[in-house]
Amino acid sequence: MSKIKQVISINCGKIKPDSVEEYVKAGGFSALKKAFSMTPEAIISEVKEAKLLGRGGAAYPAGSKWQQLLDIPVFPKYIVCNADEGEPGTFKDKLLMEKDPLRVIEGMTIAGYVFNSHDGYIYIRGEYMDIQKIFQSAIDNAEKAGYLGENIMNSGFSYKIHIMTGAGAYVCGENSALLNSTEGKVGRPRIKPPHLAEVGLFQMPTLVNNVESYANIPTIVSVGGKEYLNYGTPDSGGTKLVCLSGHSAKRGVYEIPFGVSLRDIIFDEEIGGGIANQGKLKFFHLGGQSGPCGFPEQLDTPYCYKQFRNCGLSVGSGAVVVLDESVCIIDYLKSVAEFFIHESCGKCIPCREGNIQVHSILDRFSKGTADAKDFDLLAKTCLTMSKASFCGLGETATAALQSCLKHRKAEFEAHINKQCPAGVCFTKEEGGE
Amino acid sequence: MHHIDPNADVNIKINDIPVTVKGGTTILEAARKVGVHIPTLCHHPDLPVRATCRVCIVEVKGQKKFKTACNTIVEEGFEIHTNTKAIRETRKTILELILADHPFDCLKCARNTNCELQDLAYEYNIREVPFDSVYKTLPIEDNNPSIVRDMTKCIKCGRCVEACHFVQEVYAINTACRSHDFNITTAYNKDLSESTCTYCGQCVAVCPVGALYEKDDTPRVWAALDHPDLHVVVQTAPAIRVALGEAFGIDPGEVTTGKMVAALRRLGFNKVFDTNFTADLTIIEEGHELIHRIKTGGVLPMMTSCSPGWINFIEKFYPTLLPNVSSCKSPQQMFGALSKTFYAENSGIPAAKIFSVSIMPCTAKKYECTRPEMRSSGYQDVDVVLTTRELSRMIDEAGIDFVNLPDEEYDSPFGLSTGAAVIFGASGGVMEAALRTVYEVVTGSELKDLDFKAVRGYTDIREAELDLAGTKVRIAVTSSLKNARVLLEQIKKGESNYHFIEIMACPGGCIGGGGQPFRATAAIKANRASAVYQIDCCQEFRQSHKNPAITEIYEKFLKEPLGHKSHDLLHTHYTARKV
Repeated sequence: MSKIKQVISINCGKIKPDSVEEYVKAGGFSALKKAFSMTPEAIISEVKEAKLLGRGGAAYPAGSKWQQLLDIPVFPKYIVCNADEGEPGTFKDKLLMEKDPLRVIEGMTIAGYVFNSHDGYIYIRGEYMDIQKIFQSAIDNAEKAGYLGENIMNSGFSYKIHIMTGAGAYVCGENSALLNSTEGKVGRPRIKPPHLAEVGLFQMPTLVNNVESYANIPTIVSVGGKEYLNYGTPDSGGTKLVCLSGHSAKRGVYEIPFGVSLRDIIFDEEIGGGIANQGKLKFFHLGGQSGPCGFPEQLDTPYCYKQFRNCGLSVGSGAVVVLDESVCIIDYLKSVAEFFIHESCGKCIPCREGNIQVHSILDRFSKGTADAKDFDLLAKTCLTMSKASFCGLGETATAALQSCLKHRKAEFEAHINKQCPAGVCFTKEEGGE
Repeated sequence: MHHIDPNADVNIKINDIPVTVKGGTTILEAARKVGVHIPTLCHHPDLPVRATCRVCIVEVKGQKKFKTACNTIVEEGFEIHTNTKAIRETRKTILELILADHPFDCLKCARNTNCELQDLAYEYNIREVPFDSVYKTLPIEDNNPSIVRDMTKCIKCGRCVEACHFVQEVYAINTACRSHDFNITTAYNKDLSESTCTYCGQCVAVCPVGALYEKDDTPRVWAALDHPDLHVVVQTAPAIRVALGEAFGIDPGEVTTGKMVAALRRLGFNKVFDTNFTADLTIIEEGHELIHRIKTGGVLPMMTSCSPGWINFIEKFYPTLLPNVSSCKSPQQMFGALSKTFYAENSGIPAAKIFSVSIMPCTAKKYECTRPEMRSSGYQDVDVVLTTRELSRMIDEAGIDFVNLPDEEYDSPFGLSTGAAVIFGASGGVMEAALRTVYEVVTGSELKDLDFKAVRGYTDIREAELDLAGTKVRIAVTSSLKNARVLLEQIKKGESNYHFIEIMACPGGCIGGGGQPFRATAAIKANRASAVYQIDCCQEFRQSHKNPAITEIYEKFLKEPLGHKSHDLLHTHYTARKV
């Protein structure tokens, strides 16, 4: 039986991305038409039944988020799509926007209809400049064909989608920072509460969901929440786009139903096809830089939110970075720390100061100057960052480090003894002082 | 979604102590109610919450993350613990992280023994910092007469930015860059003197550490005092006497005029004078200017000109409205001009040998005295301005036991003043003092009730109407530059129907000035303000025109309000400034 289930990626590569005609021929906009015949409450109840969890990384139940916004009697409301896909190793929103943008547009439009919102904003990362052009063309064509703009499909509902462009800051993927940036302010996270559902874009009630989350909405409306839930596991409805990268033999985006094992994702011929160049799997990094690392003994864990949570793994954005035995864990974690040193917004102390200290301690391990006390120092820095940071960035910046400390402490200890199992540290050039 | 009802009772437990608070209360406020101390650093009660230092974290039962007490609103059933092992250790780690990015300059820091970070390091028993030192030494920025920025010591709490944006709407400084480069700076990193800064010093007043402080001019004053040939005179602003004591552990709001005079004399000042004298003089000049403007169809509303931060603000932000500002110099500068003219003539001491010092609650005054137009005596009229804080340091350095000093009196001729003058120290005071005089000058009849309580207050905009012999005079008062903007915008749009407006740059007026003792809050400022009104109450004279010394100086020297001499010495002009 195939481990792949194409639901939201079904059109990718098969139709001309910005062609409304081809999208409609493939069944597009039928969900929107159906939505217009439903009440907002009915649509939300399908989303709830589907158990759609936010696909951006935080896995917040979309149905609850939608219900909260519906209950706020303040207008106008705004629909925002988080397309600031900045997690390293993540490129699944790119696929959707590049190959099937009209599905995202349809999902955002259904959301607009549910909340009687007339403006949707999609915040696309600046590096996706070419995709912004495709997406704009899809918007223009949808407007021309009457699927966006005034009086959509003669429903009486009018809705526009505006593209906003990011400028390279990872933290703008955090929803409140994204809204600040959209408003023209500096992209730093806001204090919550108030929650974005209450005080969001331009101080108005706002829905912020990820590209992949919106892309799922037409399917949920079409097939119903129950059927959609059945694609996956009882707790994790539907399918997930996973992004294989690193030393995977077949890097790319794959749509899998929840419940497939990590082993299948990395090794199944239909999916990852194993390790490139006959290498041996050493570990894998899940959900982006902010996610934990997993190890070969965890390969049989089914890919789903609940099981992952139980064993300290995380779906996150859907990234699966595969690392072979040529990689030194300390060296890898140093590059993770460098990433967060670069991307921290700097406003809160645990994240601003913690990342730089984490890197500094790891550097001692890689140079053989660390000692046993550094384990305590790492532990308390990780705890401080994960429990006391202002936003999700600082909270999750040490997820990879914590998982490696838990499962591969021996490799850290080896470095105290100036041994690098991967042979990366203490090479002649570095002198191994 | 959680909706907050400010009237609803919310029952919670803090460290197992049950407490009932109203909806909308933060954990920090609730904890204070039951005597539980939660440390804070970026939090300031008068500023918007930032929640960036994370020092005030607590545990809330059932919540995975620690919660910051400063911004978390309590919910029914919250069980909060503020003193668990995890909380203590995490707070300590946060402090260690700050200290790893901070120079250990305590012994030579402007805030030594009065630093909020130092306090926390002490409270958390920090003996070593286990992290690598990562601070960068940055150049000290002091290319202006008022404010020193030592960003090496900045802990990026952002209080100064809130003071500049939220309180003053001046936007001279802001946060820039990210991660470890995150910093607080001016637009394009330009010098403060090239920014929109008004030198009001509200940023300095809220800085918890030694990153922002006043330009230290005490060495220049010591040098003058030690100079054998110089005759050093000093004037003290109305707001000093109600705040100076705080630097010596005296309760905010206690009046220490006599001790202050005694201390200044012990420091070696040849004459100890009172800015209140020229405050009375300001009322005479400004009152007559107002009457003149009303009678001759001059530019209205007229706006007060005592506050140099406010003058810098209007010169930079609303230069087209400069004709609305009274041409009167501030009391400090009137005093300076008289100290080197009238006083020089009367005492027989040549102006060249007079060194004129003023003690001000203000950092902008340091800039004001250096303005080129403030040399009407032929010399710089005021040589040095010291803030309240600098004076307290000199008193400490001289080994003066301030608390136990006997009360002493000001010297003449600039020692006699009225209750109208002392209330210059609080927002609304100039207006009230002016009304007490203008009413009697215009109507010729005696004012029954001298208290104009409608104009007293903090930063709100107060307005009142007064019948002056048939002419209805409408007045408005406010403090803080944010609220000044509101009144200026009305004028700009032609919607202002006031005749006279009082503006003070700092919240609450001079009692809340940027040069006052650190750690002031709105509550402390309220105590200082009530002390000012308490002095006013028990003065023999409570109206400027009834001050016999004022009558005398007009008879002997100035001749008449708005006259030739006044024009030369007591009035000034303003300049539109580009930013």
